[in-house]
Amino acid sequence: MFLLGAALLHAGATDLYLRYVKAGLQPLLLASGAVLIAAALATAWYERKRTRAAKAASASASASGTGAGHTHPEPRISWLLLLPLLSLILIAPPALGSYSALRAGTALQKPYALGTLPAGDPVPLSVVDYASRAAYGQGRSLHGRSVRVTGFLALDRTGTPYLVRMALNCCAADAQPVKIALAGKLPPVLQPDAWLEVTGTYSPKATHDPVNGGPIPYLSVTSAKPVPTPHDPYDETWNN
Amino acid sequence: MAITEDAPPGATERAPARHPSDQGDRRLSSPLVLTLVLLLAVLAQSPIRGALGTPLMQSWMTVFVAVTVQALPFLVLGVLLSAAIAVFVPPAFFARALPQRPALAVPVAGIAGAVLPGCECASVPVAGALVRRGVTPAAALAFLLSAPAINPIVLTATAVAFPGRPEMVLARFLASLLVACAMGWLWQRLGRTDWLRPPAHGAHEGATKGEAFWNSVRHDTMHAGGFLVLGAMAAATLKAATPAAWLRTAADNPLVSVLALAVLAVLLSICSEADAFVAASLTQFSLTAKLVFLVVGPMIDLKLFAMQAGTFGRGFALRFAPATFVLAVVGAVLTGTVLL
Repeated sequence: MFLLGAALLHAGATDLYLRYVKAGLQPLLLASGAVLIAAALATAWYERKRTRAAKAASASASASGTGAGHTHPEPRISWLLLLPLLSLILIAPPALGSYSALRAGTALQKPYALGTLPAGDPVPLSVVDYASRAAYGQGRSLHGRSVRVTGFLALDRTGTPYLVRMALNCCAADAQPVKIALAGKLPPVLQPDAWLEVTGTYSPKATHDPVNGGPIPYLSVTSAKPVPTPHDPYDETWNN
Repeated sequence: MAITEDAPPGATERAPARHPSDQGDRRLSSPLVLTLVLLLAVLAQSPIRGALGTPLMQSWMTVFVAVTVQALPFLVLGVLLSAAIAVFVPPAFFARALPQRPALAVPVAGIAGAVLPGCECASVPVAGALVRRGVTPAAALAFLLSAPAINPIVLTATAVAFPGRPEMVLARFLASLLVACAMGWLWQRLGRTDWLRPPAHGAHEGATKGEAFWNSVRHDTMHAGGFLVLGAMAAATLKAATPAAWLRTAADNPLVSVLALAVLAVLLSICSEADAFVAASLTQFSLTAKLVFLVVGPMIDLKLFAMQAGTFGRGFALRFAPATFVLAVVGAVLTGTVLL
């Protein structure tokens, strides 16, 4: 139990937790880790007190039957708690990648309104932002400017490359991909799950996700360079 | 541990005398086994990593860890609350706060669910503590069902996920409350207390309040946590292994689509604060089908079923879960046809 609390604290204090849950949960994670550790310490403390008391009691020889029912050993099911603990400490599974992205349909939704473009040339945009501008605004709000988008690569069965970012609301279990199909000048070797920073311009071409029929806009790429996995691998624009 | 669990068959007079030493063995063995398991895992690290290298296993692990990590803070919150209820709130308080007649207590408890801001993992231990504290089971169950669905956080999330459709929020609130009350009344009419097996703890005579509080926290966390892990494993398996393409074929028929989303809600075990976004992304389904998803999900899913089985006993969960499922589907469809 102490270990579990410590593992939660560790995951919360480092950026590890961002692989699994949204950033807003960090204080909760830290607090619950602290509570678990406190509970473990309290248990140890009372246990020690009780064994001392029990020694004193057994010296005066009395009631053993009532004392036996007093402590409950942990139920056997709690051993299962070791599994996530071990996988968190030893393996620390990576954030969801192209495998999950291709199995789920794009989660693009019609935005409330398209805001003004941020400054810069090329314009830095998130995958979700570009996709909604391209799919629902016919690219008009992009004004023909070139954009820079960061996401990971996924290749479907026909070899079409997609730039994907998983959008998540709470934890990785509800993460959903938002996809942009890539066309134009691409690096010769495409490695699935590799993170890319792509610069390109709006392309009027669009397609539909084979999984759920959602819209997937195209981006005509002018240059692409590999980048390290970002600090927070998920897109959290939908969390308010 | 399994070896010491069963009392020796020939134990008669000597059994009580042997008990203390048994307890001592068990307490000794549990940390010992823990250390051994940890050591083994560290030693076998690289083969384990190799076996888990395939993308399927990796995404399984990620979802599994994510569900557990995400639910643990809420579980701890629920456990703290339930321990506080069990230790610091006198039973007389509930007798006064709730109406005397169980039929009236059910809707009151259902609406009281609106104040517990958390997802479903928090509500199971709290409901368990309420039952132990002498609240009518029917009322506690109504609370258990309504709390994760109608609290302000969840309703706000629903409003955000369905922009321009405030009737969805209203429909979710009404349908969830309706089903929770219906389940409460159903339990009051048909339920039998012997189906319920609240864990026999809480009688810590002679223990200080602090000790009882921490004991309850520890016990509930270990217990409900184990079941949470079980549910998370099941949910991760389904998330990683079922093809989403099945859903497309299901969406064409209105009846099938309602049933499909109801089953999906059970299988996916998504936190009730997030399920609205997932429902919104299932674009090919009708609004009523999405409402079913939103009503069924917080009331019954794999993770919840496992936790209920742990808290109230398997006999209870086996009867309660299907009834909840049916009622939730019917209630959501009715509300959906009227409102949407």
